[in-house]
Amino acid sequence: MSEKNPKKTAFISGMRDGLPIALGYFAVSFSLGIQAKEAGMSVLQAAVMSLTSLTSAGEFAALSIIATGGSYISMAVSQLIINLRYILMSFALSQRIAPNTSSLHRTCMSYGITDEIFGVSVKQERPLSPFYTYGAVLLASPGWVAGTALGVAAGNILPGNIVSALNLALYGMFIAVFIPQSRDDKHVAFAVIASMLLSSACAFLPYIKDIRAASPGTMIIILTILISLIFAIIFPIKEDDESNTEEK
Amino acid sequence: MNGNIWIYLTVMAVVTYLVRVLPMTIIRKEIKNKLLRSFLYYVPYVTLTVMTVPAIFTATKCTASAVAGFITALILSFFKKSMILVATVSCAVVFITELFLH
Repeated sequence: MSEKNPKKTAFISGMRDGLPIALGYFAVSFSLGIQAKEAGMSVLQAAVMSLTSLTSAGEFAALSIIATGGSYISMAVSQLIINLRYILMSFALSQRIAPNTSSLHRTCMSYGITDEIFGVSVKQERPLSPFYTYGAVLLASPGWVAGTALGVAAGNILPGNIVSALNLALYGMFIAVFIPQSRDDKHVAFAVIASMLLSSACAFLPYIKDIRAASPGTMIIILTILISLIFAIIFPIKEDDESNTEEK
Repeated sequence: MNGNIWIYLTVMAVVTYLVRVLPMTIIRKEIKNKLLRSFLYYVPYVTLTVMTVPAIFTATKCTASAVAGFITALILSFFKKSMILVATVSCAVVFITELFLH
């Protein structure tokens, strides 16, 4: 890696990771666009929604509120609950960027906190460069917006089996983050196994499964806080642990 | 549709941006507290796992193709293949599996 221009290096590296995210986004937002059309939105409205919110679960939930004429308050509450996980991600990223990062960079970087960009960001060496995030967002966000707009405009041009296959892309990227780390740190491996078991259990247990169906975002937050806290208490990190984990 | 669509979109954008920007701008120092540091260390891996399982099994046309894609992704990630490779090959496996099954 050249030390000549670290900003440029980070930016290019961000774009490289942003490309597969953009492709995955395109597929998902395409089906979002189809639903947006059913909710009565125009191409412009759907595109603006995807550009300004840049959130999959939040936008899917918003469409049902818009379609049924829900109140603005219920819109605000639903977005808050579904996207509350971004608080945890933003919190975690605040510890991965250089402490002297300017407010301007912080406010700009925050736009790009999505599940997927967060996923690739935590794989970067510390401190995380704002330019990495800009590189990733520069491709991912247009992919998300274009997919949404095209979904509204062109409906079902992609064959169903292609959409079905593409739906796996984003999950594949998540798996590529937590599995390699599980190999390096057995405590992470335990946490990942516990997360899989508990998360699956929540999909079947009576009452709990109803909460999950009503608000998958809430379930994600509850499980994340609970499991991370338990592991933080039982297996606290050693001070040099974190630097070890960044070497890859 | 009752409400004004542009007001809905504004509400969405403001709320979603606030949850993203607040921790990032307010927390400027490195956290020293060991419990909190440990908690934040586990958060990314736990939250990505919880988002993947069990949702991945209903993401495709049938559970069988999802399982095939899931296992493919697990194996490739275990050998530390790049994200793009893991994602692409898993998608291809889903496509091929569905081709055979349907």
